[in-house]
Amino acid sequence: MHFLYTVLIDPFVQIAGDPRFFVEVLTGGLLTGVMYSLVALGFVIIYKASRVFNFAQGTMVLFAALMLVGQMEMGAPAWLALGTTCGVMVGLAFAVERLVLRPMVNQSEIILFMATLGISFFLEGLGQLMWGGDVHTLELGIPSGPLTLGGILVNKLDLVGAAVAGLLVTALALFFRWTSVGRVLRAVADDHQAALSVGVPLKVVWVIVWTMAGLVALVAGIMWGSSLGVQFSLSLVALKALPVLILGGFTSVPGAIVGGLIVGATEKVGEVFWGPALGGAVENWFAYLLALIFLLFRPQGLFGERIIERV
Amino acid sequence: MSAEPGERGSDGVLLEVSNLRLAFGGIQALFDVSFDIRRGEIRAIIGPNGAGKTSMLNCINGFYKPQQGTITYKGRAVHQMRSHDAAKNGIARTFQNIALFRSMTALDNIMTGRLLKMRANLLWDALYLGPARREELAHRAFAERIIDFLEIQAVRKIPVGRLPYGLQKRVELGRALAAEPELLLLDEPMGGMNVEEKQDMSRFILDVNQEFGTTIALIEHDMGVVMDISDRVVVLDYGRKIADGTPDQVRTDPAVVEAYLGVDHGPAPAEEKPCISSTPS
Amino acid sequence: MFYREAGEFKTSYAADQAIFPIAQDRIALVVLVLAAYVGVPLIANGYWLDAILIPFLVYSLAALGLNILTGYAGQVSLGTGGFMAVGAFSAYKLAIGFPHLNVVLVIVIAGLIAAAVGIVFGVPSLRIKGFYLAVATLAAQFFLVWLFNRVPWFTNYSSSGVISAPLRAVFGRVYITGAEASSVDKYLFALTTVSLLALAAKNMVRCATGRAWMAIRDMDIAAEIIGIRPLATKLTAFAVSSFYVGVAGALWAFVYTGTVEPLAFDVERSFQILFMIIIGGLGSILGSFLGAAFVVLVPVLLSNAPGFLGLSIRVATVTNLQSIIFGALIVFFLVVEPNGLARLWQVGKEKLRLWPFPY
Ligand SMILES: Nc1ncnc2c1ncn2[C@@H]1O[C@H](COP(=O)(O)OP(=O)(O)O)[C@@H](O)[C@H]1O
Ligand SMILES: [Mg+2]
Repeated sequence: MHFLYTVLIDPFVQIAGDPRFFVEVLTGGLLTGVMYSLVALGFVIIYKASRVFNFAQGTMVLFAALMLVGQMEMGAPAWLALGTTCGVMVGLAFAVERLVLRPMVNQSEIILFMATLGISFFLEGLGQLMWGGDVHTLELGIPSGPLTLGGILVNKLDLVGAAVAGLLVTALALFFRWTSVGRVLRAVADDHQAALSVGVPLKVVWVIVWTMAGLVALVAGIMWGSSLGVQFSLSLVALKALPVLILGGFTSVPGAIVGGLIVGATEKVGEVFWGPALGGAVENWFAYLLALIFLLFRPQGLFGERIIERV
Repeated sequence: MSAEPGERGSDGVLLEVSNLRLAFGGIQALFDVSFDIRRGEIRAIIGPNGAGKTSMLNCINGFYKPQQGTITYKGRAVHQMRSHDAAKNGIARTFQNIALFRSMTALDNIMTGRLLKMRANLLWDALYLGPARREELAHRAFAERIIDFLEIQAVRKIPVGRLPYGLQKRVELGRALAAEPELLLLDEPMGGMNVEEKQDMSRFILDVNQEFGTTIALIEHDMGVVMDISDRVVVLDYGRKIADGTPDQVRTDPAVVEAYLGVDHGPAPAEEKPCISSTPS
Repeated sequence: MFYREAGEFKTSYAADQAIFPIAQDRIALVVLVLAAYVGVPLIANGYWLDAILIPFLVYSLAALGLNILTGYAGQVSLGTGGFMAVGAFSAYKLAIGFPHLNVVLVIVIAGLIAAAVGIVFGVPSLRIKGFYLAVATLAAQFFLVWLFNRVPWFTNYSSSGVISAPLRAVFGRVYITGAEASSVDKYLFALTTVSLLALAAKNMVRCATGRAWMAIRDMDIAAEIIGIRPLATKLTAFAVSSFYVGVAGALWAFVYTGTVEPLAFDVERSFQILFMIIIGGLGSILGSFLGAAFVVLVPVLLSNAPGFLGLSIRVATVTNLQSIIFGALIVFFLVVEPNGLARLWQVGKEKLRLWPFPY
C-alpha cells in the first residue's frame, strides 16, 4: 500500500507542489535528450542511405573524443587536434568501407549489424590502447556552469549543446536538400534498389555516410566529453541512442531529435520523481523499457516507414 | 493423399471466392473478383504481370486480408483466415520467388512441411526417445516417398540455398506436398525454367492431381502449359476478372486477347505475348 | 582414408537419423568423454580447473543457450547477461530459502525461472525483428541487472551486494559449491550438467522442434504459411534458451566464482557470449563449445605470452588488446566464414576424409 502510494500518488503531489522544480527537471531532461539525439543522428545518416544498423556509432563518439583529447593532452593546439581527428574519422570511413562493408555486400542486415558490433569493440580497444582508459577532461573553452533563464536553472553547456544540435540538423537538412551529393543520398534512401540499379555507386555512398556519421560523432563526442569527461562510460551513454532510434524511427532525422527529447525528458522526470520509490538509478533502463513498450504498438517508430511484407 | 479421387469433374466446389476486394493504398490489387475451384480440378489463374494473381493466392491462404468479400472453403465462409489456420485446414502453397528455408537441407525442408502432422513435444524431442523418435522415423519415411516421387534423392542432404533454381522449385513443391494438402496453390511453378524442366514440373503437377486427387490452383505464364494441364482458367487483368472458362473458351475470348496484346499495358514480359497464339492443343 | 563415411551403408532411416551417423565420430566422442571424465581430473591442477576448464564449461552452456535463440531460431539477443543473473539469483534465493532442497533441483528450478522471464521478454519478438529485437533485449539486460542491484531482497539485505554461494552437496557428501568444494568435484558436476544439456540441445535441434526454429530463422513468413505458429515457436526458443542461460548463470555463481553479484552479468557479458557464438559458429552445437574455448583461452594466452617472451604488459593493455582482437575477429569471421570455427572444423574433416588423395 505504502509502495503504491509512493509510486502512484506522491510523485504527482511533489510535481504539483513545486512546478518550477518540475520545469527545471524537465528542461534538464530535454537538454540531455538533445545530446542523445546527436548520437542518434549518426545512426540515422548511415541507416537511411545504406540500411546498415551501425552499432558502433556510440563507440565512434568515444573514439573521436579520445583522439581529440589525447592529442591536446600531448600539447597539440585545439585546431590541429580537431583537424587530425577529422582526418582520422574520414580514414575510418574508408577503412570500414574497404574492409567490412565491401566484402559483405550481399549479407543480411542482421549479419552486418553484428559486424558493426565487431567494429565497435575494435575501436573501443584501439582508442583506449592509444590514449589510456582514464578520465580525460576536455577543455575547449565551451562555456559551462549554471545560468538562470526566466527563473529556471539550466547549464550553459547544455544550452550550447542544444544550439549545436540545432545547427547540425539545419546543416544536414540544407545538405540533403541543396547539394548534389545530398540529392543522391536522398534518392538512395527513397528507393534503395532503384538508385543502385541506375548506377549510384554504393561504395561512394558508404564512404560519404560513414564520414558524415564520423564527423557527427566527433561533435557529439565534444559535447558529451565537455560535460562528462572523456571516458569509457561515454560509449554506454551512447547506447541510449538505441531507444531514441526506436522511438523516432531508424530513417528519420526529425525522429532522432524528437525521440531524443522524449527519452531525455521522461527518464530524467522518472529518475527524480519516481526513482526514490523504486530504488534509484531508474535512468539505467527506463529508456529501454519505454522503447520496448512503444515497439509493441508502433514497431516502425514515430516517423519511420511502415513495413509491408510480401511474398 | 486426401480428398477422395473420383470426384474429379464433379460439381463439388472446394473453394469459392466472392466479390473479393484488396487495395494497397491507391492500388486496387483485386477488384470484385469472384470464382470457384472445384474439388479435384486443376484451376489456372493467368493474367499479365501485376494483374493481382499472387495477391489472390495470398488472400486465399490468409496472408493478405481482403477489405471486402468472402472466401468459402469447404462450405465454411471465412473472412479472416490466418495463414497457419489455412495450412491446418489443408491449404499448402509454393511461391513465385522461392521461399525455401535456405540453410536447411532439402530433406529438412520437406520434413518441415510435415510439422503440422507431427505432435512435437519439446521434452520428448530433447530426450529423442519414445514418441519423438518413432514420430521422426515415421515422418522420415513419408518424406522419403516424396523425395522419390520428385526424383531428388541425390540432393536430399544438401542445403537448398546451394541447389540450382529448378531443383529448388521442386523441393518447394515437395515441402508443400509433405503437408498432404487438399488444396495446393502454385505460384508460377515453372517460372524461369527451361523447356525440359517445365515438362518435368508439368508431369509432377499432373501426377499429384491424378494420383492423390489434390485440387490445384496454378498461376502460370506459359500458355502452352496452361492449355495442356488445366481444366479451367480464370483470367485477371488490373485486378479484375476478365474471363473464366475452359482453356479453349478463354483463349478465343476477345477481352483476353486484348489484355495480352494491348499496347498500353505496361511491363508484361515479352514471353507472354506470343504464347497465346502459338498454343499447341 | 581413416575417416570416411563410404563403406558404411545405412540400412535404415533410424541409423541415418542417429546423432552421430559416422562411426569415427562416435569413437572420437567416446575418447573425448573418457578424457574429460578420467584424464582431466588425473592431470589437471587447480589453476587449470578453476581458471580455465570450469569457466569454459559455464561459458559453453551460456553460449549454447544463446545459440539456440540466435543461431537456430534467428532471434538476436543482447540480454544474455540479464538472464544469467536471473538464474544465479534464483538459485541463491532458492538455496537459502529451502536449505534442504537438493542443489540439482535448485539449479533446475532456477533455470525454469529464467525460462519464464525469458518468455516474458520474448513476447515482443512477435512484432519486432532483427536489430529492433536486439535493442529490445537490452531492456531485459539493463532492467534485470538493475533489479538485482537495487532490490535488497535479492541479496538478502547484504550491505555490499556481493554474497557467497552456500555450501551444498550432491549424493549426500560430494560438495559441489561453497568454500569446501574441491575443484575436481566442481569440475565434474559442471561437466555432467553441460554434457547432458548439450545432448538434449543436439536432440532438439535435429527434431521437429529444431526444424521449426530454423524455419522461423530462415524465412518466418513462409514458416507461418506452412503452418508454424510464429509466436509459440519463438517463445519456445526464448524459454529453452533462457533455461540454458539461467542454468549457466547458476553454475557461474555456485560452481565457478562462488559469489553472486549483479556486476558479473552486465551488458559486457552479453556481448562476450554473443561473440562466442559468432566466432564458434551460429547454429552449431559444436560451435558453442569452440567459441567458448576461444574466448576463454585468448585472454589467457595474451596475459601469459608476453611473460614467456620476457616482456611485461599491463592488465589494461591486455584488456584493450582483447577488445581489438575480438572486434577484428568478429568482422573477419562474418566476412570470411560466417559459420565460424565449427565450419572450419568441418572443412578440416572433409579434407581428412579425402586424405591422402586430395581429390
Ligand atoms: N504487399 C504489397 N504492398 C503494396 N502493393 C502490393 C503488395 N502486394 C501486391 N501489391 C500490388 O498489387 C498489384 C498486384 O500484384 P501481384 O498480385 O503480385 O500481381 P501478379 O502476381 O499478378 O503479378 C501490383 O500492382 C502490386 O504492386
Ligand atoms: Mg505474381
